[in-house]
Amino acid sequence: MDPIRESLLKKSRQSKVERLGKLVSFCCITLIVLIVLAIFYFVASRGLATFFHDKVNLIDFLTKDVWNPSVKDARGLPEVGALPMIVGSFLVTILSALVATPFAVGGAIFMTEISPRRGMQILKPVTELLVGIPSVVYGFIGLSVVVPFVRGIFGGTGFGILAGTFVLFVMILPTVTSMSVDALQAVPRYYREASLALGATRWQTIYKVVLRSATPGILTAIVFGMARAFGEALAVQMVIGNAALMPHNLVSPASTLTSVLTMGIGNTIMGSLQNNVLWSLALLLLLMSLVFNLLIRFIGRKGALKK
Amino acid sequence: MKKKILTAAALLISLVGLTACQKQSSGESITAVGSSALQPLVEAAGEQYSNDHLGKFINVQGGGSGTGLSQIQAGAVDIGNSDVHAEEQNGVDAKKLVDHRVAVVGITPVVNKKVGVTNLSFAQLKAIFTGQVTNWQQLGGADLPIVLVNRAAGSGTRVTFEKWVLQGSQAKQAQEQDSTGMVRQIVAATPGAISYLAFSYVDKSIAAVKINHVAPTDENVLTNKWKIWSYEHMYTKGKPTGLTKDFIAYVLSPKIQEKVLPRLGYISISQMKVERDVSGHVTRRS
Amino acid sequence: MNVRRQDKIATVVLYLISGTIILILAALLLYILAAGLPHVSWHFLTSPARAFEAGGGIGIQLFNSLYLLVLAMLISMPVSLGAGIYLSEYAKKNWRTTFVQTAIEILSSLPSVVVGLFGFLIFVVQFKFGFSILSGALALTFFNLPLLTRNVEESLASVQGSQREAGLALGLSRFETVTRVIVPEALPGITTGMILGAGRVFGEAAALIYTAGQSAPALDFSNWNPFYIASPLNPLRPAETLAVHIWKINSEGIMPDVAAVSAGASAVLVIVVLLFNLSARWFGKWLFKKMTGGD
Repeated sequence: MDPIRESLLKKSRQSKVERLGKLVSFCCITLIVLIVLAIFYFVASRGLATFFHDKVNLIDFLTKDVWNPSVKDARGLPEVGALPMIVGSFLVTILSALVATPFAVGGAIFMTEISPRRGMQILKPVTELLVGIPSVVYGFIGLSVVVPFVRGIFGGTGFGILAGTFVLFVMILPTVTSMSVDALQAVPRYYREASLALGATRWQTIYKVVLRSATPGILTAIVFGMARAFGEALAVQMVIGNAALMPHNLVSPASTLTSVLTMGIGNTIMGSLQNNVLWSLALLLLLMSLVFNLLIRFIGRKGALKK
Repeated sequence: MKKKILTAAALLISLVGLTACQKQSSGESITAVGSSALQPLVEAAGEQYSNDHLGKFINVQGGGSGTGLSQIQAGAVDIGNSDVHAEEQNGVDAKKLVDHRVAVVGITPVVNKKVGVTNLSFAQLKAIFTGQVTNWQQLGGADLPIVLVNRAAGSGTRVTFEKWVLQGSQAKQAQEQDSTGMVRQIVAATPGAISYLAFSYVDKSIAAVKINHVAPTDENVLTNKWKIWSYEHMYTKGKPTGLTKDFIAYVLSPKIQEKVLPRLGYISISQMKVERDVSGHVTRRS
Repeated sequence: MNVRRQDKIATVVLYLISGTIILILAALLLYILAAGLPHVSWHFLTSPARAFEAGGGIGIQLFNSLYLLVLAMLISMPVSLGAGIYLSEYAKKNWRTTFVQTAIEILSSLPSVVVGLFGFLIFVVQFKFGFSILSGALALTFFNLPLLTRNVEESLASVQGSQREAGLALGLSRFETVTRVIVPEALPGITTGMILGAGRVFGEAAALIYTAGQSAPALDFSNWNPFYIASPLNPLRPAETLAVHIWKINSEGIMPDVAAVSAGASAVLVIVVLLFNLSARWFGKWLFKKMTGGD
């Protein structure tokens, strides 16, 4: 056969590499999705057993405030009201996001607009280092510094939502900051130039132009930080006091979904009701992170439409 | 660069595969999982055992009594450590498990040093933990609100303590901590705090409390004068065989019971003058 | 109101905020180091831990942490690279891609306890790997994958389209364009992500308690045959890492110098993360220069 014809008809090396490469990368993504599905199935199958196998009412689970899985109430159903934990989780998450946002956004503006050189050389590595400190260490610093501090100022035991908020604030700060930096950097340079050319001061430019156009990105960063805070276990567990009670104020011992889950899991038997309700809590966590995700996506899409 | 990473990964995977096949060819090992209160003892015994018997290893993991009992029941491990009786845990079929009692642990109420109370009666303790008494002044101590610190529900220490102190009443919902170290730290740091600990964890930072003027000492546990104590169990599924059997025998041997246990703060099972069954019935040991 | 003054005030406030962030970190670091460094010595770094006597070290835990980190990164790096490439270069914008991305992000916000227990039931019990470095590394991979994938995807996506067009115009296949042009260009971003991931892995405790285990049997540092049960390289031995060790001794430790060991170990942990961070940053820059022929 004609060598030219042959080389034209045969698959080129490039196309072979291309197919192989695509296949390999596709396998990788499939693997990850399979892992997620497996974990989801695993958590759901145990978490749902509380409702199907042990006949707990879903509404009771979500709205009652007495958590005592090994005790039965008047109707012979176990007392598994998860409301205190749900409230606790939301409170620490929202409060820590509220505290962290001004710091994170301020730091991000500093890094991108005010002093990029110093910001990138000092502030950025600093925030990235915060990520590397393990949650165990955060927990112990919380226990030995934050809790006595809170006790000294507000009285009580010091354990509670407030201490949890402080610890989570430091933990989510780097995530929110670095994502806010990304959002601010994505604002096109000519926006700033146009604003400055119109005679606006730097602050006016930041406040009226840069921040406005980066809002969706910053919101995404905050929601992402909240998702982190919601799922954090070890550090929060050490400082929140772990009492399955509705929080009366910010300094009374409370609990979160993760703290109850982490504490109870080693002390219960697989397959028993006490264990199953813990998995129901885990399922609730998973669903919440799903909600946070949809929220991020929604915000992102709204932001994208504006452009 | 990617190629290098891929090659490394491929190498690693094949290495792992090979290792998995040859798993037991060089040395023998068993795994003991469960109670974190029993973990130090089994670990220390395991270390000595490995030193005495080359090539035999005891893997000891914590995870809690619940994990120990679930896993031994599922047959996933060789020994399940627990500080509660299998009968006391929901969801365990105790008949399938064989109980090996290897040590005794005494549990004492502990309070913050500022409380100023050194002796309590069982009734007073019950009133404290059920929430009927809320200030130390009512018990002759300082004017401090009582801060309850509980262990996690289902933990061996809490089960034992509540069994003897509350006797069926429901404890007041309060702070919970899932480890002895945390409890000690919190009681030491929080004015008015009360909790309970195994004897070996009591140190100068906190104050142990006498009950009905009986001091929390090993001697009083031996004769059951001090009532709040529990056995430490090593459960096996069916009768133990091979290395598991040898190891349990080793833990019960005088070498461990007399030399190692006291240093770790456990009470030797062979010195106990009484025996107690699940329902709390006490018999004298001959 | 005077806009200039407003500008000044805002600048001062921003400086203050940044200063506070740095202050918080400095205080944290100083606190950890001041509490821990006095207990760190060569002996502390190299000797094995002791269960109930004073004077134990963290040698084996330190080695375990590093080995586990290497294994976990070896497994998760290629997978996340592949997945990231697929998401940024091949995936079409449709519901399936959205589904995949959502799945990945859910995985990233899972509490690590759940990942740990899942790893325990799958690897330790089902696959019979036992409490081992391998089980731990696989669990950490689960934990690490979403973060790394997301990072790779974002780094790749931030490379300009013209670079891709240039690669394709030169007759490279799409995959070759990605590996020869896009990945080198995105390398600094990818490296930073890997550092952050590695830091998280190094400090993770909850996912390892039930997988890599909480015991650190003595190692025989003269035998490096990975099949020997006490060999440091054996991936099937139980391995307590530094972070797990800190957690464990603080929960149930009965040695008399618990506080000192815990503070010392925390300090070592933070220093290692620091060193790791700095060297990887430097390495990323060097790699970028080498692969792109200067900036």
